[in-house]
Amino acid sequence: MDSTQLASAANEMRVDIVSMIAEAGSGHPGGSLSCADILTALYFGGVMNHNPEDPHMEGRDWFFLAKGHAAPALYAALSAAGYFPREELKTLRKLGTRLQGHPDSNQVPGVEVSTGSLGQGLSIAAGTAAGLTLDGKQGCVFALLGDGECEEGQVWEAAMFAAHKQLGNLVAIVDNNGLQIDGKITDVCSPEDLGAKFEAFGWEVTHVDGHDIGALVEVLGGAKAAGGSKPHAVIARTVKGKGVSFMENQAGWHGKAPNAEQLQTALAELQAACA
Amino acid sequence: MVKLASPEAAAQKKATRAAFGTTLVELAQEGAPVVAVDADLTGSTTTKKLAEAGFSDRLFNCGIAEQNMIDVAAGLALTGHVAYTGSFAVFGTGRAYDQIRNTVCYSNLNVKIAPTHAGVSVGPDGGSHQMLEDVSLMRGLPNMRVLVPADYASARAALKLAAEVPGPVYVRMGRASVPCVYADDVELELGRAYVLREGADVTIVACGVEIREALAAAEELAKEGVSAEVIDAFSVKPLDEETILASVAKTGRVVVAEEHSVYGGLGSAVAELLAKKHPAPCEFVGVRDRFGKSGEFEELLAYFGLDAAAIVEAVKTVQAR
Repeated sequence: MDSTQLASAANEMRVDIVSMIAEAGSGHPGGSLSCADILTALYFGGVMNHNPEDPHMEGRDWFFLAKGHAAPALYAALSAAGYFPREELKTLRKLGTRLQGHPDSNQVPGVEVSTGSLGQGLSIAAGTAAGLTLDGKQGCVFALLGDGECEEGQVWEAAMFAAHKQLGNLVAIVDNNGLQIDGKITDVCSPEDLGAKFEAFGWEVTHVDGHDIGALVEVLGGAKAAGGSKPHAVIARTVKGKGVSFMENQAGWHGKAPNAEQLQTALAELQAACA
Repeated sequence: MVKLASPEAAAQKKATRAAFGTTLVELAQEGAPVVAVDADLTGSTTTKKLAEAGFSDRLFNCGIAEQNMIDVAAGLALTGHVAYTGSFAVFGTGRAYDQIRNTVCYSNLNVKIAPTHAGVSVGPDGGSHQMLEDVSLMRGLPNMRVLVPADYASARAALKLAAEVPGPVYVRMGRASVPCVYADDVELELGRAYVLREGADVTIVACGVEIREALAAAEELAKEGVSAEVIDAFSVKPLDEETILASVAKTGRVVVAEEHSVYGGLGSAVAELLAKKHPAPCEFVGVRDRFGKSGEFEELLAYFGLDAAAIVEAVKTVQAR
């Protein structure tokens, strides 16, 4: 995809995110919208080697949504990539759906492991990277974490382990939108400088504008290509609720569905942005 | 009939944990894609043997980080490995319960939670380290199977069985050396209980180190003219309902013995079964809603009422009902 197509794919993903959450009547729009460009870069920017026809393809790259509450973003990306019909997005969170409130790997093709309990994704990704290394297998492992999620101690257990095991095939991406349920991360319980922390643990750290898809493709693709003996952390500066003006930078939109009127406003804004 | 230890072999004592490392090595040598993930206790859990046998790349030491240990094992399982986790039962289940629940069990991954030093077998370390609620925690989890072997040979069999059964399995091992019950090469089946001694008056269902206490109690009871049937329900989940119900249909009375809290473990599993399919008087030998204490293993068995004498008492109580 060229840059116009990528921008359009990200916009389409945002349309799907707000629409499916409105239809469900609950869900997490803020953190889903903030990571839409990151997922676009990974799935459609040529960064990840993946195959919707064969989700468990040997030699593929792996993606773990550590911040499992951003499931709508992942579902939008997977359906757009062809893992399952887009029509199914409207079943989000309803009884009988495959699209659980948080991703369930036993139901959704393309979801490698179930997530939703914060702090675990990076450890699972590190174990996967270690497993691939043990068998001399190809594949880069990406994990997308929230910045609030980095308050979980296990994230740093994983950071220590991955650096110690020299997992150069591991890329942690932090969706650094600065907000969590109770407010600003710097007010709630600040993890301080996340890049410096990963660096102190022995990671290769890169900072990037998390809404510049071109830059994301370059940085994420670069981390994958670089490999080496250090795991890679990409701190992506993002805006929570990005793309919907009344949701942007509002902690209140962490876990709330738009009503019908708000949905129309949101869709109009997204449409205008695409035009 | 399941193969039992010869009288000479039965006199030997070995810890169930000693089977962990040696069985991992055996499986690795047979070509199974086994890996072990531990948390700074590779000597105590014996997973270190894997490295000593030339499989150092298959042993992942996470340092003192049990939550990471479980999820690293999850990642290793996702890449096609049979991942065994170590640590002590108190940390390897309790500290990492959410990781076991939300990642291993919810995703139904091929991870074998196999901690050692369960129950009062950890002895002098005291209450903080004596895990008496692990079977309860693990039994409540969907997709999890729970195995509580009695001795070295059955621990080996349980660990091998865990490798054959896809998905999460819990294998509970202890620190203390205990007499051998089974023949060295015994093989156990998932969901099977084994009648180790036949009897007509009362059924004693036990698991783990309580097996040898139950057998000693049955011997004692025989002297008093009470014929006790002893069943090893090593597969606490799934439970062998058929074998237990057949025995209770014959005896009409039950004592359940486990080195665990009386809440949520084997006793609860048997009570749930009997309440539904064959109500019968039941007594429970286990730790009664309290924490452990420092002391030697054998002393603690007597102190907490987990020894053969306590089982004999429980049989008398259930007979009087």
